[in-house]
Amino acid sequence: MFSCEERVNELLPGRCREWSEFRGQRHLTMVREDLLPTMRVLRDSLHMNMLVDVTAVDRLEYEGAKDRFEVVYFLLNVDTSQRLIASVFLNEPELEIDSVYSLWKSADWLEREVFDMFGIRFRGHPNMKRLLLPEQFAAHPLRKDYPVQGRGERHNFPVITRASS
Amino acid sequence: MPMHLTEDEVDEYGRREGLWTLNFGPQHPATHTTLRLLLTVDGEEVVDAEPDIGFLHSGFEKLAEVLDFNQYVTIVDRMNYVSPMANEIAWHHAVEKLLDIELTPRCKYLRTIFAELMRIHDHLLCVGACILDLGGISAFMYANNERERIFEICERVTGQRFHTSYTRVGGLLFDVNDDAIAMLREFVQGFDKTFADMDKLITRNRIFVERTRGVGVLSKEAAISGGATGPVARASGVVRDLRRDEPYLAYADLDFDIVCSREGDCFSRYSVRMLEMLESVKIIQQALEKLPSGPIFADGTGKEFMPEKREVYQSIEGLIHHFESIMPNRQMPCEPGSLYAATESPNGELGFFLVSNGTFRPYRARTRPPSLVHFALFPQLIRGCMLSDVVAVLGSLNIIAAELDR
Amino acid sequence: MAKQLSERGDSILWTKLDAAANWARKNSLWPMPFATACCGIELMAASASRHDLSRFGSEVMRFTPRQCDLMIVAGRVVMKMLPVLQRIWLQMPEPKWCISMGACACTGGVFDTYAVVQGVDRFMPVDVYIPGCPPRPEQLIRAVIDLQEKIQSTGTLNASEFLQQTTPKGPDRFDSDELGRIRLRDRLALKLPIYNPRH
Repeated sequence: MFSCEERVNELLPGRCREWSEFRGQRHLTMVREDLLPTMRVLRDSLHMNMLVDVTAVDRLEYEGAKDRFEVVYFLLNVDTSQRLIASVFLNEPELEIDSVYSLWKSADWLEREVFDMFGIRFRGHPNMKRLLLPEQFAAHPLRKDYPVQGRGERHNFPVITRASS
Repeated sequence: MPMHLTEDEVDEYGRREGLWTLNFGPQHPATHTTLRLLLTVDGEEVVDAEPDIGFLHSGFEKLAEVLDFNQYVTIVDRMNYVSPMANEIAWHHAVEKLLDIELTPRCKYLRTIFAELMRIHDHLLCVGACILDLGGISAFMYANNERERIFEICERVTGQRFHTSYTRVGGLLFDVNDDAIAMLREFVQGFDKTFADMDKLITRNRIFVERTRGVGVLSKEAAISGGATGPVARASGVVRDLRRDEPYLAYADLDFDIVCSREGDCFSRYSVRMLEMLESVKIIQQALEKLPSGPIFADGTGKEFMPEKREVYQSIEGLIHHFESIMPNRQMPCEPGSLYAATESPNGELGFFLVSNGTFRPYRARTRPPSLVHFALFPQLIRGCMLSDVVAVLGSLNIIAAELDR
Repeated sequence: MAKQLSERGDSILWTKLDAAANWARKNSLWPMPFATACCGIELMAASASRHDLSRFGSEVMRFTPRQCDLMIVAGRVVMKMLPVLQRIWLQMPEPKWCISMGACACTGGVFDTYAVVQGVDRFMPVDVYIPGCPPRPEQLIRAVIDLQEKIQSTGTLNASEFLQQTTPKGPDRFDSDELGRIRLRDRLALKLPIYNPRH
């Protein structure tokens, strides 16, 4: 059993990255510029052949957080069931990050959903537009400064009466 | 009429001549719920499909941030509404991993039984609805009879037919009584007959086989790269099942097989689902035999679990205990950190990514929905197929809109 | 409803045109199943074996609005879906009725979020509400029977009773809470999209 940590550090030396563990799960934190090369190494040399999920966390109200947005990638080696959580921190106004669509096809919709919900753009994504909300929607609802009940968008429709239908 | 034009002969909208666009949904009988497809069609052949989703986006993940770990279970239920209890089990599996709680053996076995019961329920509806869309109604009726029996068991155990909200952090709402065990045994014994009925109606039905075999083929590489899990991946030859690869609940003690197929077409997805139901029945049988006695709530040293409902209603201590476990400022603390935990839901890998900031309420609760990932594969499955195959492929993927959009 | 003329024999019935039309309409309600979420599964259960809605003359589920006269809104309706719902409602021929099935369709239910419409009756007429999350199939059958009674007692031949209902009967679409949020949005100078269901 190889150590994921050692292999990545060996193949991509001298970069700023951090490893941690919580409840037996490995977390890798890296800087934005490092994302694509690291992901490529993880896929090709460590056989993380499935991208299970991509999501983001808005750490605006999180106590002690330095950066606002965290984009999280969940990787899986299908044959050995080894998992890895990789994350990148972002801050306004540069909410842009490289797309991993070229490595895993499943990133397509997952990255679009992150864009929809948090407003983080993915550079190099073939079809970067909203996935779940209507095109005209103005906000990114999973940000912490957006109210749960919205800002009146849900009731912005004409009313049909019996006589007029 | 097939057109023989080269790629650069396009009209002012960027489309090849002779192609037409067909709007499929959002209100269409074969979409089961609400999704929309923009199909580009060359005569009868589907050239491209662009799914448009979000017609049931209800803000589940935003709602998770204002509810606590026990309250959110009612919302999770409504996510994949064809197998509600499987979602609850997945949710509390993640929460218990975050809070570092070890369940009691009885609770583990009961959750296993219900997870498998929900798998049968989901597959029955998926298979029944798929054949219904392809023109056969009898198999759907047979499946529905069996589903009603599952609903009866759920109602007997939890008091609700459908959205049971049965699990709690560290345990279950109620213990199961002998009545319900008897009903479960009866269900397990009677299931073979329904299965045989459905099998006879569908598996060798020529119309069904011809409409599904070789249609919507997903290769093994595409399945892995596209993130497919569950029956969809197993039908394409990916031998992966979280119940075996990352055992949770009581699955490590039980003996069952993983159903796989190689073809990756609609028919093999159907067969995998059918045979998985038999495996689930096997698991339920074994779990009923081995069902241990004992408490259903974990031992809460330093942790406040919900007391059993009977205690709450009949004793003042129970009432105080309940109050303490509900009040936001008295709930058990939780170590800050983030964690991903997944279970094998009927549809595939249903995972939750939890970020905790130390309170009994998730700071962020991301759902990893299998339906979303599977539906993203749809355009590549349907390219080159006939228009009528759209329904077959949709039915075999088992897209549940509420889980797709959340 | 009908009075028999005994001296003329059994073959003649005496009734009002309105009552005859109502009788015919109420016993052949063709539902348009606008099933979006969980309630749709119970709607399926209601029309399938065991519960069998066809005993009450309304099992002919038609998925095209042009052939239906009963809209069953089953499940939550969200921001993106409401224009579709209104459009389908407008496409249905008169006379038509609407059943709002389940807590989400009636009031938004547990989903008090930015995306979910807090009750379809804010935007379109509703005749019968069914509580429950989701309601049992028996409740749906009861609602159909209630609607049949309503049609029998209030219907007219040319559906003129609908023409008098010029004001919306549901709650105001912008209640005070919602108005507060909209004021906040105005302060932030955010634009709202415009939808037109008749488009």
